[in-house]
Amino acid sequence: MRLAGFFALAAGVIALPVLFPNNYFVIVVGIAAGLHVILAVGLNLLMGYAGQISLGHAAFFGIGAYASAILTTRYAWPALLALAAGLVVAGVIAWLLARPILRLRGHYLAMATLGFGVIAHVIMVQATHWTGGPDGLTGIPPLNFLGWSVNNDLHGYGVVAAAMLLAIWLSLNIVDSRVGRALRALRGSEFAAQMLGIDTSRAKTQVFVASALFAAFAGSLFAHQQGFVSPDSFNLTVSVELVTMVVLGGLASTYGAACGAIALTLLHQGLVVFEDYEMLIHGALLMAVMIFLPQGLFVGLSQAARWAWRTARGMTP
Amino acid sequence: MPEQLLQFLVTGITVGSLYALVGLGFAIIYNASDVVNFAQGEFVMLGAMMAIALLSAGFPLPLAALLATLLTVLVGLLLERFAIEPAAGAPVVTTIIITIGAAILLRGVALLLWGKDFHPMPAFSGDAPIHLLGGSTLLPQSLWVMGVTVLLVALVRVFFNRTLLGKALLACSFNRSAAQLVGINVRVMLRLAYGLSAGLGALAGILIAPITFSSYEAGIMLGLKGFSAAIVGGIGNPMGAVAGGLLLGVLEALGAGLISSGYKDAIAFLFVLMVLFFEPTGLFGHKAAERV
Amino acid sequence: MKDNQWKIILAAALLMIASLAGAVEPIKVGSFLSVTGPASFLGDPELRTLQMAVDGINAKGGIKGRPLELIHYDTGGNAREALNFVKRLIQNDKVDIIVGGTTSGDSLAVIPEVEKAGIPFISLAGAVDIVEPVKKWVFKVAHTDRMAAAKIFEDLRKRGLTKVALITGDGGFDKSGREQLLKLAPTSGITFVADESYGNKDTDMTPQLTKIRSSDAQAIINFGFGQAPAIVTKNIKQLGINLPLYQSHGVASKTFIDLAGAAAEGVRLPAAALVVAEQLPDSDPQKPVLLAYRNQYEAKYGPVSTFGGHAYDGLMIAVAAMERADGADKAKVRDEIEKTRGFIGTAGVFNMSPTDHMGLNLDAFKMVEIHHGVWKIVE
Repeated sequence: MRLAGFFALAAGVIALPVLFPNNYFVIVVGIAAGLHVILAVGLNLLMGYAGQISLGHAAFFGIGAYASAILTTRYAWPALLALAAGLVVAGVIAWLLARPILRLRGHYLAMATLGFGVIAHVIMVQATHWTGGPDGLTGIPPLNFLGWSVNNDLHGYGVVAAAMLLAIWLSLNIVDSRVGRALRALRGSEFAAQMLGIDTSRAKTQVFVASALFAAFAGSLFAHQQGFVSPDSFNLTVSVELVTMVVLGGLASTYGAACGAIALTLLHQGLVVFEDYEMLIHGALLMAVMIFLPQGLFVGLSQAARWAWRTARGMTP
Repeated sequence: MPEQLLQFLVTGITVGSLYALVGLGFAIIYNASDVVNFAQGEFVMLGAMMAIALLSAGFPLPLAALLATLLTVLVGLLLERFAIEPAAGAPVVTTIIITIGAAILLRGVALLLWGKDFHPMPAFSGDAPIHLLGGSTLLPQSLWVMGVTVLLVALVRVFFNRTLLGKALLACSFNRSAAQLVGINVRVMLRLAYGLSAGLGALAGILIAPITFSSYEAGIMLGLKGFSAAIVGGIGNPMGAVAGGLLLGVLEALGAGLISSGYKDAIAFLFVLMVLFFEPTGLFGHKAAERV
Repeated sequence: MKDNQWKIILAAALLMIASLAGAVEPIKVGSFLSVTGPASFLGDPELRTLQMAVDGINAKGGIKGRPLELIHYDTGGNAREALNFVKRLIQNDKVDIIVGGTTSGDSLAVIPEVEKAGIPFISLAGAVDIVEPVKKWVFKVAHTDRMAAAKIFEDLRKRGLTKVALITGDGGFDKSGREQLLKLAPTSGITFVADESYGNKDTDMTPQLTKIRSSDAQAIINFGFGQAPAIVTKNIKQLGINLPLYQSHGVASKTFIDLAGAAAEGVRLPAAALVVAEQLPDSDPQKPVLLAYRNQYEAKYGPVSTFGGHAYDGLMIAVAAMERADGADKAKVRDEIEKTRGFIGTAGVFNMSPTDHMGLNLDAFKMVEIHHGVWKIVE
């Protein structure tokens, strides 16, 4: 019954394009939202469960995307192989970084991850020979599963939706596993966790790598889906947005992170019509949600729903 | 080569002074409230934009600078009262997002008030460069930046070490409930910290605007560099933030001049990472044990 | 009597339905511009121009009686947003034509989508790659960075300068300009003795310029837009470097002169004739077009820039093509845009063809110099 929410979500994801065929807000925005969900769910493992902040997560997103872009356009690798290579590269980098970076705490960790993100972005802009520079790389082929090519947005929606569900399912399982329990102990108090015999540094490394893999996976999908990559999809603003999604939705909840990712994606699409007022409204909304629902949208709203349900039941005996 | 080096140092110290002032603002707020205020860069932008607007409305420079600083202090107080106080007790990341929201909001307001253009501001005492040894030059405005920074840093130091108010503020940073017990009004102290940071930020903005111009987005980059300065120096240590800022500025200038101008930001941040790997609480941070 | 009343009401109702159903259905012009972000310098006047020009056309009765409707989104200079908004324009708003794409990055990113959807797209950005090789549905109206490079080299040769220092930012416009300069240099007899770079949000470029000062350069080229070129210009004066400075067409707006102040004196750059319209001889066919646009824009918004001019050219070429195609049929409009000949725009005279989807030649650029705070044509 633990997975009831999961199946409800899966049903919704499948029903949407059937109910609203060829709808931009379902298909195109849905792809963007789906990718954001994968990223946010992965980051939530690190932030929500292990209590470690990362302000450089867009770098792993970018590593996945650029691995796919460079290997397919310059070396003609098949897309799936490039995706796998992206995962390996991001995983290795995360593993190498994990030990020194995760020794840091709080704001020092935030700074170190931010610095890593900035360095990765500078390389994307400056190493023109490999990355195509500020305008990026174009002509990335779509994903191809044994001849079935993901060459239109509906196919793209299907693939991203499946990937998103996979990411959520994985996240739910990691949280429930032995590692997950160790992580939650770690978030409460690292010292106490150590006393309980948990190898905290090992657990942190594992979750950092896992979270980087989620991001690189989303990056590869992103590159093959839109056919080009450029550094501005992976800058500090994106890293900050990802953190915002996780916190906005509700830390330490897989559905919360997903909820935050979808909310922020929709918010952006909705606010664009306000033109010059967009920024003002965006900032005010962000502040309001965090001040009035400090536990995040998902927790806040589900509490409200529970309260409404209880009062409604109370009124009709 | 030596004369080039001198020029790099002049540039580095000018830019570093600004990072130091912004970093100082981060440190003061962090000390008082454990919050990293990501709207610190926006204080810098507001100070500059308001000073420019007042100048073009005909105010003389000293008055425009004073009014712009006071108005920015007011914004800092409002931010504390209406965004930070209601969220008291919220997790650290929540307050981070609140200040990020505030930064976006302030940028949005500036965009509506002053548009998207860059705005110039006349230098305080002319543009004629001062010639130093071997062809190196220095702008009078750079002297202003360095001089005012030294003055402000000294004042902040005296404030924290010599005045009762400053000591009370410092007490809050060590132990808030203990401070409350000895009769310090923590709430007032918090507002004081935000006002002080906002004022310092605004002054930094007014000092730099003649060199770099200003626009509604000008705070983003300075905020980022100021945060780095505060971290490198050991967050919560005001003088550490100043040292961190100067170090970062000089390093950027040397990186751009001697190694590679394209990769200079990467060089600066690589340095920051190296510092943290070897000194996980910054160069001058407290090595205090974490509470269990 | 009662019968007649019914007939009148019925007729009126039918007329209304008919008018709603298509007789005055607007032609939808889609646009995606970088109105905020690093390229707002360019995108903002473009948007204002489009709004102004669309209002003007509608006041005159639209195209064959159909009014224009402008639908635009702000990309913030982010190519990923550009692609999503172009999909929104095509799939959700169902626009008939797209005029937009402030930056080359934005424009290049949407080309595959535009080609797939088969919708005419007139880009306002600079990079040569947008129309080379020629793409069926893609056109552009802004001068290319290659033209700017050629024009600068032409002027350098006239002055007998061959050793040049280059300093560029880290944006797409900067990098693409740098690439064209380096590519054209060998055949133009120019050698680059320094090649420095800076971040577009940097506040001080003196370290890079100090290195240039100690090189044996005879002139400096700075390729970029926004505030950075103004800082470079001021830093050059500050360091006491007395070399001729060339900027790109990216700073051809009054803002640059305001920002750089006295340091801007003597700076040369290739620019569209728009900024020097009143200095053109009366015989120049471009003059009335330029003055008309400029006066209209300045009456409403303040100093004109060449970027707004690109939006004007793009929209007017589209409008002319729709007039000739007698409607907004995408394929017909595309063919008509390709047949644009002798169209006098703000950027120059356009002569498009199946092999040239831009149609401007080097004459479209004027070499201008800043003299006492205003642009002067260099003879």
